[in-house]
Amino acid sequence: MEDQDKLLNDITTQEYQYGFVTDIDTDVIPKGLSEDVVRLISFKKKEPEFMLEFRLKAYREWLKMKTPDWAHLKIPPIDFQETIYYAAPRTSPKYQSLDEVDPELIETFKKLGIPIEEQKHLAGVAVDVVMDSVSVTTTFKKVLAEKGIIFCSFSDALQEHPELIKKYLGMAVPTTDNFFAALNSAVFSDGSFCFIPKGVRCPMELSTYFRINTAGTGQFERTLIIAEDDSYVSYLEGCTAPKRDENQLHAAVVEIIAMDRAEVKYSTVQNWYPGDKNGLGGIYNFVTKRGICRGVSSKISWTQVETGSAITWKYPSCVLIGDNSVGEFNSVALTNHHQQADTGTKMIHIGKNTKSTIVSKGISAGKSDNSYRGLVKVMPGAINSRNFSQCDSLLLGSTCGAHTFPYIEVGNKSSIVEHEATTSKIGEDQIFYCNQRGISTEDAIGMIVNGYAREVLNKLPMEFAVEAQKLLQISLEGSVG
Amino acid sequence: MLSIKNLRASVEGKEILKGINLEVKAGEVHAIMGPNGSGKSTLANILAGKADYEILEGEVTFLGQDLLELSPEVRSRSGIFLSFQYPVEIPGVPMVNFLKASVNEHRKFKGLAPLTAGEFLKLLRAKKEMLHLDTELTNRSVNEGFSGGEKKKNEIFQMAMLEPKLAILDETDSGLDIDALRIVAEGVNALKTPENATILVTHYQRLLDYIVPDFVHVLYKGKIVLSGGKELALELEEKGYDWIKNGNE
Repeated sequence: MEDQDKLLNDITTQEYQYGFVTDIDTDVIPKGLSEDVVRLISFKKKEPEFMLEFRLKAYREWLKMKTPDWAHLKIPPIDFQETIYYAAPRTSPKYQSLDEVDPELIETFKKLGIPIEEQKHLAGVAVDVVMDSVSVTTTFKKVLAEKGIIFCSFSDALQEHPELIKKYLGMAVPTTDNFFAALNSAVFSDGSFCFIPKGVRCPMELSTYFRINTAGTGQFERTLIIAEDDSYVSYLEGCTAPKRDENQLHAAVVEIIAMDRAEVKYSTVQNWYPGDKNGLGGIYNFVTKRGICRGVSSKISWTQVETGSAITWKYPSCVLIGDNSVGEFNSVALTNHHQQADTGTKMIHIGKNTKSTIVSKGISAGKSDNSYRGLVKVMPGAINSRNFSQCDSLLLGSTCGAHTFPYIEVGNKSSIVEHEATTSKIGEDQIFYCNQRGISTEDAIGMIVNGYAREVLNKLPMEFAVEAQKLLQISLEGSVG
Repeated sequence: MLSIKNLRASVEGKEILKGINLEVKAGEVHAIMGPNGSGKSTLANILAGKADYEILEGEVTFLGQDLLELSPEVRSRSGIFLSFQYPVEIPGVPMVNFLKASVNEHRKFKGLAPLTAGEFLKLLRAKKEMLHLDTELTNRSVNEGFSGGEKKKNEIFQMAMLEPKLAILDETDSGLDIDALRIVAEGVNALKTPENATILVTHYQRLLDYIVPDFVHVLYKGKIVLSGGKELALELEEKGYDWIKNGNE
């Protein structure tokens, strides 16, 4: 027992591996938020008029809103006037080949273990790398263009396809949706845009790496994915962030629209800096992700592996409007040290015969707090709808917390909603069994945790699953209490 | 190979082992028998290094090393294998991954390079054939949903993969039907060499029809009260444990 406690201590006090800072020339506007700042952001990005109006409307609404306080989180007061709302690498943002990219940036990706040249060649992944807030390089654009797929930075999309943005932006997450979505709508700097035309299956996994790099820069990403009738796309989002002592605000919005029979898979591996072992620093991650299954028989699935951030507030949701549409949420959320996570999903059944599945695997270690919060709402018209929810919590040690907050509202009699929940601890017997086969306690815990999360990890695309397994191993390899 | 001298141990303040002495040499098979609660499983677990036990006195030497100083994983890598009475389930961890990690830890300890996936699968197939295992056990999660017999077969299979110097089989016969018992016993016999040794911990004589011991020890109330050759097991079977109890109350 003493040995295990010691090991728990050793392992769970490991410092974040990806804490480093890239020294790249950045264009920063003064900190603080006002209508002028919103105008300045829009001006710097040379946006069309409707975009500025969207931002200003959101800003004015945001002023009237309050930070949400219903989550099981202790959120220190955030001074929004102390945040910088825009930072773009000052060097010219567009390159034809990697040779032209700032060598230091390439070095950064190498440290992160995501060499983009390798990814281009080996994985066949089109990578739209977002360094701070502006897209630095976009690959595979030509291949995609041949299929009529648009995959580019949000800024580029605003210049080249303003009509699409105007039509769809805010459809899944209106500016008034919540405090952080309103803030994002007012000040978002960049993000990704993805459009899959009718009948097209995207031939590769689309991937974006986000990374916060400027001290004190809140990052406000905006992602919009539109899948037209009979189309398919798998989209990957992965994050690592450099070490910081001060808290950094991150409030992203992701919107997905799926039309008739379209399918969108959205996978995330989130590893923002979680703060040090004493709870100092770390990213505040307030994310609004929502997909709308507008079309009949459309499908949206969210798969997330959340290991980072000091505070995670995130509920990727599905609004199932089209008859026979399907929503899925698969989540592994791991917290260690003083991390806090309140994450889950909302499944809103509106169409007939709609189906949703929720699989949530929480893992808590150290002094962390990990909550699942999920809403399953079946509207009266959503006859013959089904939901199945499985929410499991795994505890490592006795100083962490795990909570489950399911909300279920069923508006008709023909629908079936099932909810299962379990809480368990890693068994000493399991660890001893591994030990007896020559496997160290540290490796045993990594193995057991990965086994526990396997159901969700299996939903990730292959190359991402490997990365996610390593992350789980690195992030805790905790112990028994 | 293994030398236990005056081993006394307790769990939660209760003394279970009250001075065990045992010598096991390479090539030998020892059976440790005794009624329930006599300390048989405690002895097996202590040799494997399970926490929860307090060593009060005595020493255990394994291949010249102080065994009690070693962590459970180092004991395993040094050649001690425990076939569990109740093998543990590890959901979501494929048996094949588990075994590969295990085999490669053992190789690393010996200064050998880890097996490649191809080499490992070859070894896996060879051992399956050797034990006449045609089951799909290796494709499932570690012990998850295994029947009692499958779990025990799986223990022997792991033993075959790891080729231990000293195998401790804790109640390997319990819960086995006669066919499963035969398969398990044949496996154990097939793995016997002049260089390794086996300790069979068992309640019944039945297993000893299949795996013939060189020595039989009777453990009662934390002490070895009687030792002898294989005929002792038969005598015990005939007279029952009361015979021991009556002589040692």
